[in-house]
Amino acid sequence: MKKRKKHNGAAYFLLIVIGAVITFPFVWMIFACFKTNGEILGSTKLLPSRFSFDAFKKGWNGVGNITFATYFKNTFLLVIPTVVLTVMSCSFVAFGFARFRFPGKKMFFALMISTLMLPNSVIIIPRYLIFNKLGLLNSYWPFYLPALFACFPFFIFMIIQFMRGIPRELDEAAYIDGCSSLGLYVKILLPLMKPALFSAGLFQFMWTWNDFFNTLIYISSVKKFPVSLGLRASLDTAAQVQWDKVMAMSLISILPLIVMFFAAQKYFVEGISTTGLKG
Amino acid sequence: MRQNQVKKKWKMRDVRGLFYISPWIIGFAALQLYPFLSSLYYSFTQYNVLGSPKWVGLANYVRLFTIDPDFKKSILVTMEYALFSVPAKLIFALLIAIVLNMKLKGINLCRTVYYIPSILGGSVAVSALWRLMFMSDGILNKLFALAGLPPVNWLGQAGTAMFTICLLQVWQFGSSMVLFLAALKQIPVDLHEAAEIDGANRIKRFFYITLPMITPIVFFNLIMQSINALQNFTSAFVITNGGPLKSTYLIGMKLYTEGFSNFKMGYASAISWILFVIILVFTLLVFKSSDAWVYYEDGGDF
Repeated sequence: MKKRKKHNGAAYFLLIVIGAVITFPFVWMIFACFKTNGEILGSTKLLPSRFSFDAFKKGWNGVGNITFATYFKNTFLLVIPTVVLTVMSCSFVAFGFARFRFPGKKMFFALMISTLMLPNSVIIIPRYLIFNKLGLLNSYWPFYLPALFACFPFFIFMIIQFMRGIPRELDEAAYIDGCSSLGLYVKILLPLMKPALFSAGLFQFMWTWNDFFNTLIYISSVKKFPVSLGLRASLDTAAQVQWDKVMAMSLISILPLIVMFFAAQKYFVEGISTTGLKG
Repeated sequence: MRQNQVKKKWKMRDVRGLFYISPWIIGFAALQLYPFLSSLYYSFTQYNVLGSPKWVGLANYVRLFTIDPDFKKSILVTMEYALFSVPAKLIFALLIAIVLNMKLKGINLCRTVYYIPSILGGSVAVSALWRLMFMSDGILNKLFALAGLPPVNWLGQAGTAMFTICLLQVWQFGSSMVLFLAALKQIPVDLHEAAEIDGANRIKRFFYITLPMITPIVFFNLIMQSINALQNFTSAFVITNGGPLKSTYLIGMKLYTEGFSNFKMGYASAISWILFVIILVFTLLVFKSSDAWVYYEDGGDF
């Protein structure tokens, strides 16, 4: 019994030390936002000598005459429709895979699963060329279209797995009551799938919010920049990076994700555990 | 009679599955399969977006492997990056998962806190933070000075720059950890109890029970994390910009430079296909080797 206790003490110590090391960058970042640029680079102290909101005010003004308000508005314009379209299309397709025995189902399913491992880099150039031909560069369509056409096998698979847990007797009962398959999907299954849809939506929100490579490729005019590109611009334009401003805007840019994570962490953890999604 | 009608209706209804998966069929054909095949075609052409692709045979590949000095470097750098960051991340994630599995109080809080880097790690914001912390006059060197250690030029030397971006990857161990934790919870307690009675100590039980039982998750994590690591772009681009002396010039960056700065689409496609083949060969090797080290309780049938 005594030995157990000792073990627990060591385990707690380890967990706390690791937790401190892991969170240190965030803690330091939060305080850095209230420091001046000189203090960030010059002082060793964690706390600022004087809490100042200057960095937030100056940083918000961004580069040129476009403020972070625009970048944030753009990010939401980019992310929200992408998330909604992804959840709708993927659950629609998952319904098809999970509840019907149509010709070629095995082949289609195998193809869908194999695209789980299709690296994005091998399709990015032709995709760019397609969107270029369609005249959709510098718009958010290169993000909306893959979402509309369910090009996210992770989420399809995740929702299928969830749907397998919903008894098929429900379908039968609905059909006998004269419900169409579309009615079954919309009125009965969708409400039951809420947790899975929520998980998929959260992950898609997070990935699209953090996405840098695609925004860098597809979005070229500053007016349409999402936050990721806005941040990068403030890192690159000045010869001497104004770190106080960069840190303040970085903090604001990750805040929505952190709030969302704490509000809905159950869904994150469940989402990963059920399908093994990468984080 | 009625039975028959019901049966017939079933069949009709099942074909409707095709209707429901039709968005995916379109998306798969137009945005996955077509791009996949056409990038192979483009890789044999010279194409600068404005004109039309001009067939050049193997010239792009020959150039990549013989003339282009950056390419070989970027392959080596990418391999090095994956080889260090993925195992380090997985081992760390597994160790933490084992500690968290000890059923202590407050575990949920730990799990939550440890997971945070995973949701933010890929963002520009965190990469910017990393760059600031590891600069030569950044906070890390200040802490080193406080501890009486000499400052390290983290981003200015090849070895330490690579270490810095690997560390960012390892820092995001949370999602792997959650997967390991779920797998650890699946291990039947009686296996451990029986082994304990037989006199197996903790270390022995780890290597003979825990590890074999979670090999499917190790396998899954290894493949997915490697595919991601081999394609990494953001951290190298924002933190080190590929430097110093191209020591962190990952293939993802090379692809971006050729395709979207120089607009050499044919050349960039050749790079993307080489990356694809690397990923494919790696995945097949892991799959082939999995017979020897992955244990499926149900025999491994999907």
